[in-house]
Amino acid sequence: MSRITRRDFVYSVGALGATTSVLGWPALGQAKATGGRVVVIGGGFGGASCARYLRRLSTDIEVTLVERNSTFTTCPFSNAVLGGLYDMDFITHDYKALRDDHGVKVVHDSAVDVDPDARTVHLADGASLEYDRLVVSPGIDIRWRAIEGYDEAASKTMPHAWKAGKQTTILQKQLEAMPDGGVVIIAAPPNPFRCPPGPYERASLIAHYLKHNKPRSKILIFDAKPKFSKQPLFEQGWQALYPGIIEWISEEEGGAIEGVDVNANTIIPTFGERQRGDVVNVIPPQKAGTIAEVAGLTDDNGWCPIDQRTFESRQQKDVHVIGDAAIATPMPKSGFAASSQGKVCATAIVASLSGQDMPEPSLVNTCYSLVGPDYGISVAAVYRLGDDGIVAVEGAGGVSPKEADAGFRVAESRYAVGWYQSITADIWG
Amino acid sequence: MMQTSIRLFTIALILATGLLFVPASEAEELSRAAMLSASCEGCHGTYGRSPGVIPPIAGKSADYLRETLERFRSGDTNSTVMGRHAKGYSEDEIRLIAEYFSKQSEQ
Repeated sequence: MSRITRRDFVYSVGALGATTSVLGWPALGQAKATGGRVVVIGGGFGGASCARYLRRLSTDIEVTLVERNSTFTTCPFSNAVLGGLYDMDFITHDYKALRDDHGVKVVHDSAVDVDPDARTVHLADGASLEYDRLVVSPGIDIRWRAIEGYDEAASKTMPHAWKAGKQTTILQKQLEAMPDGGVVIIAAPPNPFRCPPGPYERASLIAHYLKHNKPRSKILIFDAKPKFSKQPLFEQGWQALYPGIIEWISEEEGGAIEGVDVNANTIIPTFGERQRGDVVNVIPPQKAGTIAEVAGLTDDNGWCPIDQRTFESRQQKDVHVIGDAAIATPMPKSGFAASSQGKVCATAIVASLSGQDMPEPSLVNTCYSLVGPDYGISVAAVYRLGDDGIVAVEGAGGVSPKEADAGFRVAESRYAVGWYQSITADIWG
Repeated sequence: MMQTSIRLFTIALILATGLLFVPASEAEELSRAAMLSASCEGCHGTYGRSPGVIPPIAGKSADYLRETLERFRSGDTNSTVMGRHAKGYSEDEIRLIAEYFSKQSEQ
């Protein structure tokens, strides 16, 4: 019988990944990794994609994914939940496959600090994780009080539902409780923000719910912008499916709001009349997730400047930022874009850790919006690296044609569902 | 004696959690083809094995995939979104993508 050394013991414990801190030896779980150690903060579209692709590209790299929640509820298709087309289970995914099938160590805890000099991530439970490369994919956080009176407490009454989960359920229950003939207000934020077509898909699918359940009701979109994503297509769809139900109030018409009166369920535009709603969905201005700021990755605007080839931070060495938090313009802040960036970032990290050349980056965005259950529209773009960063390939991409027949819209509504099934399986499956 | 109990403890802990090391599978090489093809997998599924209504592309012949993409690109074949995507790639890139997915098993 061979002797087991303390070193072997540590190695074995390392296989337990997330449970090491239970043993009270927080850093020991990372003792061996021949290809390097990568910590990924955030298990959403960007972070989970990156973690999975790192393992796909190198089985020698130890990948630890830090995600505070045990499941992830996607913003994509959360509007379809509000419209009554799907339930919350459909948009909720766990980390079992990443952990058991793809060899990613999943730690369900919050990253509370990053020490870039010691290359260490500190977790809320007191443990710490050392890294050779760190990937930060925290998504967005809300800018509380950017709209006067709109703080975290207000979001319990006037949900933003711009992070899917409990907020989605609050909004859904309010819609169900609303009387027929009521007014739903959606306050849409200024650019840049997560999911540019999102507020308008939301209006569409809430209109679908109201048309079938509370047909005398109305939706008012108060918008901080003069125009919005896929606008002609949405307006065409609203005219076809929900005439008279949705009214869009642009910035010029007094659509920007500066405050809310939570007790009166009322929004306060920068000019013009206050408006009370039976349901008020405030989608506030946003910034990169808090850990990005704590780690010193954000600029004055609250987003993270990066090298658009590798997604490495311009402010901290060996730290990469992907997804909504990163400044990856001209790519939108979308789940698909985050996943695409996660794959490119994984390639960059494997190339760097193994001393190989990184293949030229290639990125894509594909976003479907459901105007109704049988009415889909899309936007697509192919991106590559230009002299000054990411550029959209000219002549490619764009939105669905305005002149398309009903069959085309039906096909895109079916592809929207296929898109969702594929991308969520590609990430969490 | 001490060592034995540590080992038993370790084995018990591993068995209890079911978290054994995942057997090392063949890692994929970094390549231009894999980089280009990663984008396709978002809609067509991992390795092109689509779980939903979007057509699977894993294991189709390289000629079929290349010709189909070329026809989407030229507009000879109508599409909803594929024409918009295919126009983003050169003939050479389309060939790399077609070869990549032709080499993947269907399951």
